[in-house]
Amino acid sequence: MSSWLYTDKVKDHFMNPRNIMFDDEDFQFDAEGKTGNIKCGDEMIFYLKIDPDTLTITDCRWKTFGCASAIASTSVLSEMIKGMTLDDVRNITNVDIMNELGGLPDNKVHCSVLGDKALAEAINNYYRGHGMEDKVHDAESRIVCECLNVSEEEIEHAVLEGARNYYQLQEMTKVGTSCGKCEDDAKERLAFYLDKHFQINVCVQT
Amino acid sequence: MQRIYLDHNATTPLHPEVKKAIIESIDVFGNPSSLHEDGRRARALIEDAREKVAGLINADPEEIMFVGSGSEANNTVLSLVSCSGARCSLHAPVESDLVISAIEHPCILETSKCLKNRGTTVKRIGVDKRGLVRMDDLEQAVSENTSLVSIMMVNNETGAIQDVQRALEIAHASGAMFHTDAVQAVGKLPLDVKKLDVDFLTISAHKIYGPKGVGALYVKKGTPFCPLIRGGHQEMGRRAGTENTLGIVGLGRAVELRALEMEAEAERLTGLNRLLREGIESRIENIHFNSDPACCIHSTLNVSFEGVEGEALLLYLDYEGVEVSTGSACASGSLDPSYVLLEMDLPIEFTHGSLRFSMGRSTTREEVDYVLDVLPGIVRKLRRMSTVYGGER
Repeated sequence: MSSWLYTDKVKDHFMNPRNIMFDDEDFQFDAEGKTGNIKCGDEMIFYLKIDPDTLTITDCRWKTFGCASAIASTSVLSEMIKGMTLDDVRNITNVDIMNELGGLPDNKVHCSVLGDKALAEAINNYYRGHGMEDKVHDAESRIVCECLNVSEEEIEHAVLEGARNYYQLQEMTKVGTSCGKCEDDAKERLAFYLDKHFQINVCVQT
Repeated sequence: MQRIYLDHNATTPLHPEVKKAIIESIDVFGNPSSLHEDGRRARALIEDAREKVAGLINADPEEIMFVGSGSEANNTVLSLVSCSGARCSLHAPVESDLVISAIEHPCILETSKCLKNRGTTVKRIGVDKRGLVRMDDLEQAVSENTSLVSIMMVNNETGAIQDVQRALEIAHASGAMFHTDAVQAVGKLPLDVKKLDVDFLTISAHKIYGPKGVGALYVKKGTPFCPLIRGGHQEMGRRAGTENTLGIVGLGRAVELRALEMEAEAERLTGLNRLLREGIESRIENIHFNSDPACCIHSTLNVSFEGVEGEALLLYLDYEGVEVSTGSACASGSLDPSYVLLEMDLPIEFTHGSLRFSMGRSTTREEVDYVLDVLPGIVRKLRRMSTVYGGER
């Protein structure tokens, strides 16, 4: 077969995804987190087994309604996180996932954040369930993009990390890359943070 | 691995006879506009092809102009609407309406958006659940202000055959011109432009086993016209640019072969389509057919699988050697699933999991059987890992 659409590693994880949650396996988990929305064409659930003493992920499973990139990136992420502490897992970005996969086509990058976000939700879910509310991330930050669970805080973070226009913001946060309904809201927030942190005035087309 | 190509609505391989015709003409380099012998040789080939294209749809040769693609033909026709030059052959006022269907090819939809920005009123007519343009709505939308109605003959995604005859009558009753994008119909369904009385009709070569980069536009004699590409006398002053002689030769041969093959092929593909449909229906549950055999072309079967995403399905099938397409958002690079399926009011869980099988002259019963062998396992595999199927929801 001629060169594949994706790298060999993506292909491997797509063809043979690891750690899928099969209903007949009866996997016992301590936390779960879901992101995405079937209406947007992508949905992801992560299930974590966590050692309460060390706050380390001992095992995990996941499920997805998603494309090849979503399947592969979540599969590779599920391998990466085993044995990691929850705090370390929090620092994994979608760039790390993509590096692990050897890259994804540009228009597929947004698929790689799904697993990441479902995982973050699962970690929050664990903290909430174990009286560690103080460790929950993004709890009060307003959600701008409901499809992909992108909060105002993440938009601000992306601006601080270098996003200077909507395209870059989407590359980094995936905001508005699913159903697109939040575009105006996200652009307004982008302009707000650009002005706030860098005194950059942009004309936001809405 | 042997590839099973079931994506003929996207494009088709060259017919061996078309290939032969192109190779035989490969050294004809003359500019068809030149008066000397080399030029005249090229001219003769082009005019021969024009007669063949005209013959397939019962047009007069001078009513056929060659263009660079179906998209170019469609752009050319739509651009007439915004033409208001006093010295132009077409005196359509700028504020005249354009009426199209909501499921036209993007080259129509995008062009109409552009026209809208320039002041043209564009009305989009929706479809019913079967993907058929609502004629009642069309009747309501077309008025004396309407200058052009454009409704495709066969939809590329679902294969739905539109009631072009009725749409045309509605347009003409209000004095509007009528165009049909027939790239998915020509060479598959018998077509007679005189009987139909259409004003413009678009043809593409690569959908009918001809080469890429060439198409034809039928323009009924006496119909107002304005070129999209200006600056040359070619194609009776309707399309500037030195003719693509080899492409046109290929198109000419392709339509000639279609006339010979399409009838028997239609019968054969109707059977194979039924086989594929019934096979999928009996082997896989929770599916939804987006192509109704009562109103869709024999070569196309569009079907959605609940709980799975189309691109993943497509790539697993590709791995098994089967080539199809999908209306899923992820595969298109855009953010939305197929607008055609959305317009049909398909439940959202089905819109992301559609596959389009489009058969052609090379499609065999063995190929259909092979698809039916591998497809259920692929759907099962994806459903087992799906968040929205079986198990927990």
